[in-house]
Amino acid sequence: MSDVNRVVVTGLGAVTPVGHTAAAYWDNLKQGVCGIGPITLTQTPEELSQKVAAEVKDFDPLKHFEERELSTLDRVSQLAVVAAREAIAQAAIAFDMPLSLRTATIIGTGVGGQTTLDESFRRVYRENRSRVFPLTIPKLMANAPASQISMFCGLRGPAFAVASACASATHAIGLAFHMVRSGQVDCAVTGGTEACITFGTLRGWEAMRVMAPDACRPFSIGRKGLILGEGAAMLVLEPLERARARDVQILGEIVGFGMSADAADLTAPDLGGMTRAMEGALTDGKLDAQDIQYVNAHGTGTAVNDLTETQALHRVFGEHAGKLAVSSTKSMVGHALGAAGALELAATLLAVRDSVAPPTIGYLGADPACDLDYVPNKARTLPIEAAISNSFAFGGLNAVLAVKKFR
Amino acid sequence: MSDVASDVIAIITKKKRVDKPTVELSDRLEDLGLESLDAVEMIFDLEEKFDIEIPYNANTNNPRTEFDTVGDVVKLIQNLVDKKS
Repeated sequence: MSDVNRVVVTGLGAVTPVGHTAAAYWDNLKQGVCGIGPITLTQTPEELSQKVAAEVKDFDPLKHFEERELSTLDRVSQLAVVAAREAIAQAAIAFDMPLSLRTATIIGTGVGGQTTLDESFRRVYRENRSRVFPLTIPKLMANAPASQISMFCGLRGPAFAVASACASATHAIGLAFHMVRSGQVDCAVTGGTEACITFGTLRGWEAMRVMAPDACRPFSIGRKGLILGEGAAMLVLEPLERARARDVQILGEIVGFGMSADAADLTAPDLGGMTRAMEGALTDGKLDAQDIQYVNAHGTGTAVNDLTETQALHRVFGEHAGKLAVSSTKSMVGHALGAAGALELAATLLAVRDSVAPPTIGYLGADPACDLDYVPNKARTLPIEAAISNSFAFGGLNAVLAVKKFR
Repeated sequence: MSDVASDVIAIITKKKRVDKPTVELSDRLEDLGLESLDAVEMIFDLEEKFDIEIPYNANTNNPRTEFDTVGDVVKLIQNLVDKKS
């Protein structure tokens, strides 16, 4: 394969429940820090049955934006722009002409500007007020984070949102990866963002009956479900040739992307769909199952996801499955829906770069039906040359990315 | 049949996935083909109908094993309704 087709990551930014920068996020993941705590972001949290979530704590938008700018930015866009700026600063890239015209902005989000939506519905339906804030619509639209990143960072190439619930960011990054690999664009800013810890959203998740009351314990005995999270992670992708010419630090290489649809149940995971997405990523990356050492699992902590994902890993990796280190960082940062895939790809890239598998915390013991090595409770140093990051969404939409250590 | 029983049967009848003209108290939930989302929707309907809260987590509760028959569901609802008044 010629260099022009290799796609490398030269910038990474993250705003998460365990750190407001990619470096802080990664340090805390390695230390097994849990970002789950009492819900503070909604009004009247005492009315909710659910008491905990993984919030981005102490995020002060005024540290990042002018007050005037904030009237145009829902929290979901604030997190996105802050993460994108960090990634672009690390990549040390200037989006002058003509690069600006050749740079894509592809951003995943599951549910868009929920804070704005929730506030306006509260005014109209609960407080019986007759008007909502004037920029309600452009703040809540699902493409707002992509639009705001393009505006704040001066990116004038293809820009749009990708929505596939819990797989949104993975689909977005995969698409950006393919666009850079094919030469359709020369650079991409891509990732995912979500700020869904609102009263109405939490009510919706309560009604699904899938949330754990206290902790997220993926693959563990006694797991009780998922914990809602939020955050954003952004990447700068560019061809290896360009990164080399700029003599910039390369964090890792994205090599494969696989997608599938279950065409089955709306919410139940599907062994076939998961398997096809993982196999697709390996094939696209010209990887054999034996080439992979680490899997950042979808690992929501629900009874059925973790069971089905374990079965799918057995099916894809055969005997090699037993040798994989498989962990779910959702145990620390919760399930950030449309941002989850980006937070997890960031963790996967850094795991591969540093040869450290972050742990699955809150692990109480083996569920006989989940029989792989889930890196329980403590990070582990091990040789990692290549890894995959799994995202499996409600609606049966699956996406998997494969990354390699840059050599 | 009590009012609660007939209301529960009406709700379960909407969710069943087998071709069976009537639902009886002795019918087993498993035989009515209720899937996991059906159970969540059924519980919502029951809570709305009777203004009660039914503790239920899809990860740790299994309606098919905890409630063998339609009659078992009626008993639980009757209990919760009685506690309320």
